[in-house]
Amino acid sequence: MTMLRTMRRDLFLYLLVLPGLLFFLIFKYVPMWGVLISFQNYSPYLGLWHSEWVGFAHFDRLFSNPDFFLLLRNTLAINALNLIFFFPLPIMLSLTMNEIRTRWFKGAVQSVIYLPHFLSWVVIAGISLIMLSESEGIVNGLIAAAGGERIDFLTNPRYFWGVLTVQSIWKEVGWGTVIFLAAIAGVDVQLYEAAKLDGAGKLRQIWHVTLPAIRNVIIILLILRIGHMMDVGFEQVYLMMNGTVSEVAEVFDTYVYRAGILQGQFSFSTAVGLFKSVVGLVLVVIANRLSKKFGEEGLY
Amino acid sequence: MKSSVMATQGERWFSRVNALVLILVALLCLFPFYYVFIVSFASPAEVRQSVLLLFPKQWTADAYRYLFSTSAFPRATGVSLFLAIVGTACSLVITSMLSYGLSRKRLKGRRVLLLMILLTTLFNPGIIPGYLVVRDLGMINSVWSLIIPVLTSGWYVLLMKGFFDSIPAALEEAALIDGCNDFGVWYRIVLPLSLSSLAAFGLFYAVAYWNTFFTAVLYINEPEKWPLQILLQNMLIDSSTALGGVTDSALQDVPSQSKKMAAIIVSTVPILLVYPFLQKHFAKGAMVGSVKE
Repeated sequence: MTMLRTMRRDLFLYLLVLPGLLFFLIFKYVPMWGVLISFQNYSPYLGLWHSEWVGFAHFDRLFSNPDFFLLLRNTLAINALNLIFFFPLPIMLSLTMNEIRTRWFKGAVQSVIYLPHFLSWVVIAGISLIMLSESEGIVNGLIAAAGGERIDFLTNPRYFWGVLTVQSIWKEVGWGTVIFLAAIAGVDVQLYEAAKLDGAGKLRQIWHVTLPAIRNVIIILLILRIGHMMDVGFEQVYLMMNGTVSEVAEVFDTYVYRAGILQGQFSFSTAVGLFKSVVGLVLVVIANRLSKKFGEEGLY
Repeated sequence: MKSSVMATQGERWFSRVNALVLILVALLCLFPFYYVFIVSFASPAEVRQSVLLLFPKQWTADAYRYLFSTSAFPRATGVSLFLAIVGTACSLVITSMLSYGLSRKRLKGRRVLLLMILLTTLFNPGIIPGYLVVRDLGMINSVWSLIIPVLTSGWYVLLMKGFFDSIPAALEEAALIDGCNDFGVWYRIVLPLSLSSLAAFGLFYAVAYWNTFFTAVLYINEPEKWPLQILLQNMLIDSSTALGGVTDSALQDVPSQSKKMAAIIVSTVPILLVYPFLQKHFAKGAMVGSVKE
């Protein structure tokens, strides 16, 4: 009775959450149920209830397919390059920015380097083409003008991963500094003064005061990054991919798109996606454990 | 004495090198925009002749006049504006209602609900199951397929709930005692208190909707319903710059390179317009943006 009464009193609260909960039910939980079709020969006409069950057949097909190793290799390679070349850059950049005392200069630099983060991948890919295209690109124009030989940046498989890495750096390096700058801002000024009294120059102050102070943030971001080793941005790869580089470009999400949406192999492509998601989930859980082990709060 | 002089001199060089590095980085970020902007306004002859055009002698807006005299470009821009305005409004309403409700302790079962929402941030069932839901709902080729399936996300709800947690329940109780009903509390007290936070979320939603691409690749097949980013992809990546519908013969001569650049500029301007407002919320945005799905 009292339960009913409080429910009635709080009726408005329940009405507030209802649409949002329906959203999560329909667009997040129904698809979770929908992964079951990866164990079926799903037919859109029969639906989930009447399609034939085939056990792990699609997974067998995936793991015995040479494409699988290609997908795994490309995914891991693109992420590894990102980790090695992209990850340290925002840290270095924010250390540099932290040393700037002129307010307006720092503000101006921040405004400029944050901007690319907000542009769509279509615009970034378009600009890349304008810069790197073999016949019309500026870079090749300059190379040719200097008497060099034009380079096929966009169609040579050797350059593809490098182009992706440079794009990611250009788009996100500035934005990546936000979190480090926030962490650096929290460092106690007295520590710098003490270090100065002990005769530490600028570089030693960075090494002995700033870096230790943001070490935890670095470790957490590193762990999170590793937790997402299976994710490669679909839009970036989809836009930059072309026939001549597909062997180094195809990653799980683009493969799922091709096999599922374009070719209609719903069950098989769901199996590919499910494999990726499960490995991703395991990685995130491990990463979270690790981050807690380092005495951090973790993600959840 | 001598060592302190050395230190200051060293420090001076240190800050000079720092400033130089930053200027270089900033120029690297700016140059592509500058170049795209310049070429979009340069005359056809100059575009064809020069390798690296840094400043055009003759300025012309023909590329822009071309784009807006086609039928496809204004239509796609309209679709994207619709997404950015209507989508953002819908997203804000749904996200704020749900996260406010979840932040109130008198909501029964809120722990279970929060756990369910957290779970959606950890496990993503993949592209195809989501696609099948949208298809079964009959939303393929509807503009709403670009809004409804991405209305909110677990991250946004959890972040915004964190914000609503900071509004003390005592404030509401006081209003309730003063004779306000639940709706009044939400409308008169909670919403005004959270306007600036809602604005931050709104701006990030608006940018995301304006940049809508992936969902349109999945759900939209009819060119009349393309958002701007898909049309841009066709122009920039597939180089199909003849958009049709242009009757002014003077505009037939615009080089495809200029059309592409002008299209990039048009698609970037709205972001530049909201950018100063975005900047106020970067700290919050770093959290919102870094957990984008």
